[in-house]
Amino acid sequence: MTDQAYNFAYLDEQTKRMIRRAILKGVAVPGYQVPFASREMPMPYGWGTGGVQVTAACLVPEDRLKVIDQGADDTTNAVSIRKFFQRTAGVAVTEATTAASIIQTRHRIPETPLHEGQILVYQVPIPEPLRFLEPRETETRKMHELEEYGLMHVKLYEDIARHGTIATSYAYPVKVEGRYVMDPSPIPKFDNPKLSDSPALQLFGAGREQRIYALPPYTQVVSLDFDDHPFDPSKAAHDCDLCGAAASYLDEVIIDDQGGRMFVCSDTDFCRGRREAGHVGALGVPLAEGGM
Amino acid sequence: MGAAELSILAKQKQTEQPLLAVRGLTKRYGRRIGCAEVSFDLFAGEVLGIVGESGSGKSTLLSCLAGHLAPDAGTVVFDTADGPRDTVRMAEAERRRLARTDWAFVHQNPRDGLRMGVSAGGNVGERLMAVGARHYGQIRAQAVDWLGRVEIAADRMDDRPSAFSGGMQQRLQIARNLVTGPRLVFMDEPTGGLDVSVQARLLDLMRGLVREMGLSAIIVTHDLAVVRLLADRLMVMQGGQVVEQGLTDQVLDDPQHAYTQLLVSSVLQV
Repeated sequence: MTDQAYNFAYLDEQTKRMIRRAILKGVAVPGYQVPFASREMPMPYGWGTGGVQVTAACLVPEDRLKVIDQGADDTTNAVSIRKFFQRTAGVAVTEATTAASIIQTRHRIPETPLHEGQILVYQVPIPEPLRFLEPRETETRKMHELEEYGLMHVKLYEDIARHGTIATSYAYPVKVEGRYVMDPSPIPKFDNPKLSDSPALQLFGAGREQRIYALPPYTQVVSLDFDDHPFDPSKAAHDCDLCGAAASYLDEVIIDDQGGRMFVCSDTDFCRGRREAGHVGALGVPLAEGGM
Repeated sequence: MGAAELSILAKQKQTEQPLLAVRGLTKRYGRRIGCAEVSFDLFAGEVLGIVGESGSGKSTLLSCLAGHLAPDAGTVVFDTADGPRDTVRMAEAERRRLARTDWAFVHQNPRDGLRMGVSAGGNVGERLMAVGARHYGQIRAQAVDWLGRVEIAADRMDDRPSAFSGGMQQRLQIARNLVTGPRLVFMDEPTGGLDVSVQARLLDLMRGLVREMGLSAIIVTHDLAVVRLLADRLMVMQGGQVVEQGLTDQVLDDPQHAYTQLLVSSVLQV
């Protein structure tokens, strides 16, 4: 009964139209933050209200949706948003990166390479990369307009002066097509290289800040750095303990109070895929035996 | 006329091009006058002092010259690398580029001119990075050099300006402004709010830098001692109008206008 009370994908058609216009403008001007009239969503700010609105505006009944939170398909944020769209749009859902047509993500880009036709929707808390350096929104807009991005390097300079290396490890600023400096949302800087030249369409939605921006497929995205301190997409120096992957981004998990810990892939779908294919990490057992 | 004479003439002609030529600059705030019909030339290497009481339009004039305020009438022609240009009519992008390369602005309150959340080194390096420096080691080396020139020890480089005294903050602001080698510096009460011994050291430092770098400067102040020390020429303002201008010593020692006479005689002789 209640299921019938919702419009397809929750938002009314006029709102979707407004959001689609903002998305189109964002795609036309890669990296530019397009203002949009963000709606109240049935979830608190910070839980992905921007991402949900972008996803809702893009969804069609034939879509297959995947939602990830910190790389995982089964954490609170991912489960609740997936259920939300199952209920309000009735679309098919999946946990497999390759099978999804729309992927809404928080803080990660899937390890499995994306392909053409896919849409990756990011949840963005603060879209303005210059915010913590220049609090005036009027001034940051002017700086974007006039391409005055020296201040962004001041942040990196401060990192090196204080820590000896660029210590920014997530939300690492990037320059899009040699023009706009963009906040890639709080993805680890390990994921930054995947932003560039991706065959998938990447959309960024910030609900509270009422901004949408986008990277069309095959857009050049460069992480900012210094000549003598080049960008380094670092990760934990370890292999995944479950699937043995050497080149995937890892979570460190404390497993007892004796200081025991294990490193596991943050991308659960990628990890399961590898284990199903027979890869076994240092602490893992083959999946067929049904153990961790 | 010989070729040598011709080249001397040509050279004179070159130096005769003023760095900054201001004509009929007017700014109104509604029916009140900010500054009215101000005209002057400033030549390379020259320091111009602007004095007057509070509310006489000094700061309005300076803001109009530096492009912070849009004047209602008049032209401000600056001798850019590509020839003289009217900075009032030029595109904002161009004016802002000028403001971080050829110009510098020293605020009365260093908090207005510094980034308080960024280390001293970062503050000095910002202008370098704004004009495209992308080598950390070189930026840092230049910052150390400039902090040394304004007598800030290298070991304070990674401290934030909030940990500095008022005088140090002001010196840091000067270093931050001069690091890209500007040709024209705007100063708004640079010694305001500092005690006299710190003022004296700061003035000494500024005089050295201005002479050494061949800077042109426009200094707004109500402190006649500051202009006596630093300025070659002086402009006296009252009620938005320029009432008297001339060589500093001439204006201060033989004031013609009644207001200038009042101003000069108001200073307590010790």
